[in-house]
Amino acid sequence: VSLATAKEQLLYEVTNPHEYITPDVVADFTTVTLNQTTTNSVGVQGGGGSQRPATLKVSVGYKAGYVGEGEITYAGQHALARAHLAGETIRTRLQNQFKEIRIDYIGSTSVHPFTLTAASHPYEIRLRIAAKVSTAEEAALIGEEVEALYTNGPAGGGGVRKYITEVVGIVSTLMDRSQINSTVIMKTT
Amino acid sequence: MKQKLYDIAHCRAGDKGNTLTLSLIAFVEKDYELLCREATAEKVKEHLKEIVHGDVARYELPNIAALQFVCQQALSGGVTTSLVMDTHSTALEIRLQLPAI
Repeated sequence: VSLATAKEQLLYEVTNPHEYITPDVVADFTTVTLNQTTTNSVGVQGGGGSQRPATLKVSVGYKAGYVGEGEITYAGQHALARAHLAGETIRTRLQNQFKEIRIDYIGSTSVHPFTLTAASHPYEIRLRIAAKVSTAEEAALIGEEVEALYTNGPAGGGGVRKYITEVVGIVSTLMDRSQINSTVIMKTT
Repeated sequence: MKQKLYDIAHCRAGDKGNTLTLSLIAFVEKDYELLCREATAEKVKEHLKEIVHGDVARYELPNIAALQFVCQQALSGGVTTSLVMDTHSTALEIRLQLPAI
């Protein structure tokens, strides 16, 4: 806890610092003053507010359809050009079928819609962490650790996805042909 | 002497529906005046024009040496139904800190 983190939290998701509407008060954050009292401790003074609002906010969930996603990686010679060719191929195939398609080139332009090559090489990095575990609960821990980076990691991380995939391994072996009886059943509707 | 915004200020992005909030907070209070002078709503709107399609409003908070930018039509339709990967645009805070002033 520092002055910097307290200030960021004070303004987080605030669309009008003079009138931040809460269920209890319409708060005025512009008159708040902060001071670092000791290590990991910030004092808050001031602040004001006017009468609580007559209405309460309701967030209504509604069924908004589904999202289908597919990803593939290209590396090496002309990697971005090959990815671009692939992306445009799919766009051409699907654009008449779906009204909203988004194509992201992760590592290049998936986050910000421009390439600022001078600013950073490469401009984007997507961090992927995977671990082999025994249970779904353990698998969930990987994603939880990554999600925690939003507020407990380097600045400006975004777009966390968490996946838990059950793994079916395959081994091949041989069995005696005589143990297998094959039959064919035909059904007519 | 030109310096990068990220050398004198830190930023946090927030979301409300299709509205993006960006705080810009001076590391040392004496730089607040410089932020007020250089980081205008117009410049932020121009800097983020490929992302923010609506108005940009700026609020001044001298008590905490911070500016708050409120950007309309900035989150591809809104956090819950957008197809973008960074639906909350938390990765945008780095973007605001890039310009030289």
